[in-house]
Amino acid sequence: MQQIINFLIRNKTTLLYLLLLSISLILTVQSHSYHRSTFFNSANWVSGNIFQTSSNISNYFGLREENDLLKEQNRELQLQLYNLTPNDSLELDTTGLRYKILAGRVIKNSYGNQKNYLTINLGSKQGVVQDMGVITGKGILGIVEASSANYAVVQSILNTNSNINAKIKNTSYFGSLTWDGSDFTTVQLEDIPRLVTLMIGDTIVTGAMSSIFPENIPIGVIKKFDLNASQSFYQIDVGLFNDMTNIRNVYLIENLDRAEILELQTSIEDGQK
Amino acid sequence: MGRNNVFIHIVRFILLVLVQVLVFNQLNFLGFINPMVYILFLFWYPIKENRMLFIGMGFVLGLVIDLFSDTLALHSAASVTIAYLRPAMMRFVFGVNYEFQSFRLSNTTLVQQFTFLALLILVHHIVFYSLEIFSLSNLLLILKKVVFNVLGSIVMCTLLSSLFSPEKE
Repeated sequence: MQQIINFLIRNKTTLLYLLLLSISLILTVQSHSYHRSTFFNSANWVSGNIFQTSSNISNYFGLREENDLLKEQNRELQLQLYNLTPNDSLELDTTGLRYKILAGRVIKNSYGNQKNYLTINLGSKQGVVQDMGVITGKGILGIVEASSANYAVVQSILNTNSNINAKIKNTSYFGSLTWDGSDFTTVQLEDIPRLVTLMIGDTIVTGAMSSIFPENIPIGVIKKFDLNASQSFYQIDVGLFNDMTNIRNVYLIENLDRAEILELQTSIEDGQK
Repeated sequence: MGRNNVFIHIVRFILLVLVQVLVFNQLNFLGFINPMVYILFLFWYPIKENRMLFIGMGFVLGLVIDLFSDTLALHSAASVTIAYLRPAMMRFVFGVNYEFQSFRLSNTTLVQQFTFLALLILVHHIVFYSLEIFSLSNLLLILKKVVFNVLGSIVMCTLLSSLFSPEKE
């Protein structure tokens, strides 16, 4: 017993180091899994407020570009509005809505890591919940991973954990959108079968299988495609519409039917067991 | 360690964390180079202090940076490692005489200080990027990121440490 205690005292620094190292390794491995705790991320009170302050200051430098972007978006919406053939009656109540949309601002962005997260200035007080979709005027951005009272952390599509259902525009060939971590302008689309004819420049949009995003939100265009190792599926490089390095205003989409869809899917999966 | 010294360390800690998360984490030079200047805290920290406390500080420093940059526990693992290995590195760089009472960082040659700093940064980045990418099939990517980020960090840390040398008399 004496010897064990002596051993512990003699090697106390090494043991402390090993303890702290294993704590951090455990935390690292845990963060590889899908859901994370709400406190241990940049949406917590201290870092949220610091990023908010810094973004309040730096926001002024991008106001002009941001204005141009919003004007362009408005123009597109007006184009659609005036070219719409009006029905004889429009529904104005909100009971039939499938999607709810919130507007927010990015207060922290990153794109140089393997697992990139953004922090936005909306939280559970404004109705942000886990698994809401996040888009900009140009295309998709990511999925809400955790939210605190006033802030939320968004898992960017530039995250090696990210996996989003996507398809080729105007067809129903769908695959999953992932990121290999090498280039922040390009993401990868997998599992498109070989029989599909592809062209460089084809547009990729979100698919209908997702219970997070509505269908047909733009993602990017095909830059390059190859057959994968098994020669039966394509490995497609998709150049993003969004400039991931310069993102300020975002929209959060909540699918109001999501709970129902998930319930239905789990009930079937449970029945098969 | 006097009360004044504790105060200086706390201020230095907070300032380095803020500079790291608000300036250098947003830098993204060439798309992926983010110098890690908070290593300077471990470089400047007095040599004669309690080792246990120092390792603990290294861990807390890394954890705070992790919380801000959503890289939970990558920075902690890397900085606790260099905090633990620091005495061994000092023995390697400065020889045995760093254990004497009169030893001060400012008394050593610039080359020695630079080697020490570069060694800290190199070990830190190797641990950090290996854990971040975490697959041997991406060895080339790890190497690329380590090499360029080590260069970036060394440049920024050398500049900062020559601007704000703590032991100037």
